[in-house]
Amino acid sequence: MLSSLIGTIGSSPETIALFVGFGLVVGLLFGFFGMGGSFLVTPALLMMGYPASVAVGSGMAFVFGTAVIATLKHHDLGQVDYKLGAIMIAGTTIGIEVGRASVFYLESLGLAGGVISVVYVFLLGGIGLMITRDALSGDSDGGIDHDADGDEDLSEYEIPEIATRIQETVRIPPMVTLRGDVRVSVWVITAVAFSTGVLSGFLGVGGGFIRMPAMIYAIGVPTPVAVGTDLFEIVFSGGIGSYLYGQSGGVDLSIVAPLLFGSALGARIGSAATAVVDADDIKVYFGGMLLAGSVAVGIGEVGSYLGNELLETVGLFLVIGAAVAVAGAIVFSTLRTLRSTRGRVTATTD
Amino acid sequence: MPGLEVPTWDPETAMLIGAILLEAIVLYVGYAGLERLVGRRLMKFLIGGDSDAQ
Repeated sequence: MLSSLIGTIGSSPETIALFVGFGLVVGLLFGFFGMGGSFLVTPALLMMGYPASVAVGSGMAFVFGTAVIATLKHHDLGQVDYKLGAIMIAGTTIGIEVGRASVFYLESLGLAGGVISVVYVFLLGGIGLMITRDALSGDSDGGIDHDADGDEDLSEYEIPEIATRIQETVRIPPMVTLRGDVRVSVWVITAVAFSTGVLSGFLGVGGGFIRMPAMIYAIGVPTPVAVGTDLFEIVFSGGIGSYLYGQSGGVDLSIVAPLLFGSALGARIGSAATAVVDADDIKVYFGGMLLAGSVAVGIGEVGSYLGNELLETVGLFLVIGAAVAVAGAIVFSTLRTLRSTRGRVTATTD
Repeated sequence: MPGLEVPTWDPETAMLIGAILLEAIVLYVGYAGLERLVGRRLMKFLIGGDSDAQ
């Protein structure tokens, strides 16, 4: 650990500035969407020449630290449902192990790499398309909607039609009441947690981009609560994952410390922006980022299949470029909303 | 189950993860203090007035 700390001091100012800046962008997305850490940091570290175990382990440790910061902020905003989080953690943990077992089984058949990439591309693309279509249609029932602040607003939140249908159909006891007056069967939550856990373990990712839409569309919790609760869950999964990688020397504090320095500020801005930004302004960017991620993974896979490094690099730059653009859009939308709100207040006062 | 990993106690790794947790909490508290200190002035500069959107 001491050598890692000395490593941080020994890093060049450019490298530290790069990590801090990158941490700021990832933290912003993480605080706002409750996702977006692992699929950005790990490939970037790999591209910088770090060994795979260090890239994955340090990426996970960074996601853990950022999740702690973002969860604390969402807790302050009353957007973490600990009851839902506890049930989700149990279901997801079992699901992750089943997903990992499936990977080992497919590996023994020699099919793991191809199947995982195809599932990844279709999943990212499918969720991205669904959210983008939802945003472009101007239909505001559900989706990545952040227009709720406090319990009263949360209960007024419009539940997506599909979630209402599930709540009315599956009424197997025990039933639980979640934040925002959502009453749902524990079995629905467990099923959602288990299936998202399977996908998460199968794809080897944190799974926020699967879990968050699942919580919104299948369980029916308000989006701010889905984001806050998802982050709470990542604190546990990221903590355990970091510990496991740390045991084999995969966590490098000279990478994690500067990344966290930037992401702590980004996560604060992103979490606070959830209470300000108009959802329709940002939903389309979120869907676009997932679509870009899907295309990037597809390009990267074609690149590695053809042995073309340029295509793999193009894929990575596409993901990072999309992340920077979406982070910029969040800041821009937040400032625009605040300016227009202030303008209205000033006009009313006059 | 294949692939199942059970964490075993390792004080050095625990300290490493603890250091990350501590850094996260210190940064959260530190940035909160900074926000209280210069937040109003920064928001005034950015949007042209006070904001309660923290």
